[in-house]
Amino acid sequence: MIVAEQKPIRELVEMVKDFQKILVLGCKGCVTVCNVGGAKEVGVLASALRIWGRKTGRDLQVGEHTLERQCDPEYIEELGGIVGEYDAVISIACGVGPQFVSERYPTARVFPGVNTKFMGGAVAHGIWSERCAGCGQCVVHYFGGLCPIARCSKSLMNGPCGGSADGRCEIHKEVECIWDTIVRKMTEQGRLNELIEFKPPKSWTTARDGGPRSMIREELVK
Amino acid sequence: MSEFKPRILAFYCANCASSAANVSESMSLGVPAGVKMVQVPCTGRIETLHLLKPFEEGADGVYVAGCQEDSCRYMSGILKAEKRVAQVKRILEELDIEPGRIEAFKLSAGKGFRFAEIASEMMKRVQELGPISGG
Amino acid sequence: MSEFKSGSNLEKVLKAGHFAFTGECGPPQGANLEALKEKARHLKGCVDAVNVTDNQTAVVRMSSWAASLVLIQEGLEPNYQMVCRDRNRLAMQSDILGAYAHGIRNMLCLSGDHQKFGNHPESKNVFDIDSMQLIHMVKEMRDQGVFLNGQEIDEAPRMFIGAASNPFADPFEFRVHRLAKKVAAGADFIQTQCIYNMPKFREFMKQAVDMGLTEKCYLLAGVTPMKSVGMARYMATQVPGMDVPDELIKRLKGAGKGKVAEEGIKFALEQIEEFREMEGVAGVHLMAIEWEHRVPEIAERAGMLPRPQI
Repeated sequence: MIVAEQKPIRELVEMVKDFQKILVLGCKGCVTVCNVGGAKEVGVLASALRIWGRKTGRDLQVGEHTLERQCDPEYIEELGGIVGEYDAVISIACGVGPQFVSERYPTARVFPGVNTKFMGGAVAHGIWSERCAGCGQCVVHYFGGLCPIARCSKSLMNGPCGGSADGRCEIHKEVECIWDTIVRKMTEQGRLNELIEFKPPKSWTTARDGGPRSMIREELVK
Repeated sequence: MSEFKPRILAFYCANCASSAANVSESMSLGVPAGVKMVQVPCTGRIETLHLLKPFEEGADGVYVAGCQEDSCRYMSGILKAEKRVAQVKRILEELDIEPGRIEAFKLSAGKGFRFAEIASEMMKRVQELGPISGG
Repeated sequence: MSEFKSGSNLEKVLKAGHFAFTGECGPPQGANLEALKEKARHLKGCVDAVNVTDNQTAVVRMSSWAASLVLIQEGLEPNYQMVCRDRNRLAMQSDILGAYAHGIRNMLCLSGDHQKFGNHPESKNVFDIDSMQLIHMVKEMRDQGVFLNGQEIDEAPRMFIGAASNPFADPFEFRVHRLAKKVAAGADFIQTQCIYNMPKFREFMKQAVDMGLTEKCYLLAGVTPMKSVGMARYMATQVPGMDVPDELIKRLKGAGKGKVAEEGIKFALEQIEEFREMEGVAGVHLMAIEWEHRVPEIAERAGMLPRPQI
């Protein structure tokens, strides 16, 4: 899923300080799963804004709403009736949300309430870790099911580099050296010879380097 | 400053804190006026939003009184409560509000004196902090 | 000339079977040519070639190609280093053409320390291709006369290709395989990370020799004299991929105040002595960082002088 992190409330308050009527808009998708943008978090952020309003003597009106998703137009349509009642919308969905809302309601002032970080999954309760960088040409099967593009700090295809120590990446002890894991796993699987094979330079045309991307399912297009 | 009468909301659990409350009452140890008490089955049941709402509605301080870790009836209730209190402290700080306005306390079942003491402590603390105000 | 891949001095020295001795030089954090020339002067005549680092530890310094040209002007032969962190394949090929056109003949292909270690940690890192792919690309440019996309080069650069090897990084068992991979990709010579753990290095060399790697490429053992106990401790704990045995730190401490640097040099000299006789080791790469003025003395005491003139 897409994993995001809440923006500091101080930053959000600065963004909306000139507005009276603020809508906090959540999403039941990925951001609910990583506990930053669901209905619960909408409630907490809205409450924090009201406390701020009370403290600073502002006559604030803070609304709360959570959509099924903010990445499908049919759900964004639901806002039609209410978005006009607010001066500002804080979308706490991933980066897609604020943009979809902005596009559909061009006169609305939309602010992002979270910082979208990566595609990943839960490794423990409350902890999510990056797994995929969206390079557009998945090759995890060459590396024992692990992705060096997303998980190696240098995206090496022929790793590890000389900075790997004790299974940790040189950039921080908390960061796993994925190449250490790849080597050990594939050695165990008796596939060391595959790792000794030279991996040629990657084509980044399918990654974000190639430009903004689309995905089309012809059979579904009307 | 002496005219400021803090309004404090206190959550206390039905287990240790409650028995401490009973002991306190039997000792005729009162809780300061201005402290409103709300009993909960376990402090672990208190959501972050429950801790924020009182501030929305004009409370000057909030506290949670629960069991010690090793005597919590629901095992980890007080630990959850402490984490949520910590979260609210961070939120308050982000809003330039003193994090000391919210606190989590742990006490054992028989400590009637402590139950009353906590209430006075928070009252004194919030009195000194004054009302929440400022741009 | 066709018997040589690049015709560089380093290549000739190694091919003739001499025990090579290379040095290192970091470009200035500015356009200060005098400082660079000063360092170069210390090294002149003591080494066969000098590594010129490329934004080492991700700290911005004068471009390694530019500093390499200065070295050529001073009568030294540079080992032009290029890391994968700061340049994409276009910039790399472009720089290689320019470097070669200006007389640079040796090149080292490295990954590069992550930018978080340096003085511009907010920068975007490149890593368009990795060090293995860079080695291969430079080899294809030289031997096939083509760019990475297969297009013919209008006068191909013919570099003597170097790479790094760290026998002390993890996983240890894979290190010799990675060395094999670099040799297969096209590395002509290898410089190792600086060595302090001699037993571990001997084990690594045995594996390398057994795999026949030292017949296919020239391996130079890395040596960095310890200047102080503080330096030893720093390298033991703060530098990724470095293996500093406790015995060495103890030995340095035991030397007594004011005598630690000399003890560090003594250890380095002992190492060089052993490397001269060690099977598979074709030379020594001395990294006396910010200690270039001691290189002539070390070279002399190690019996490295005079350097062969070919």
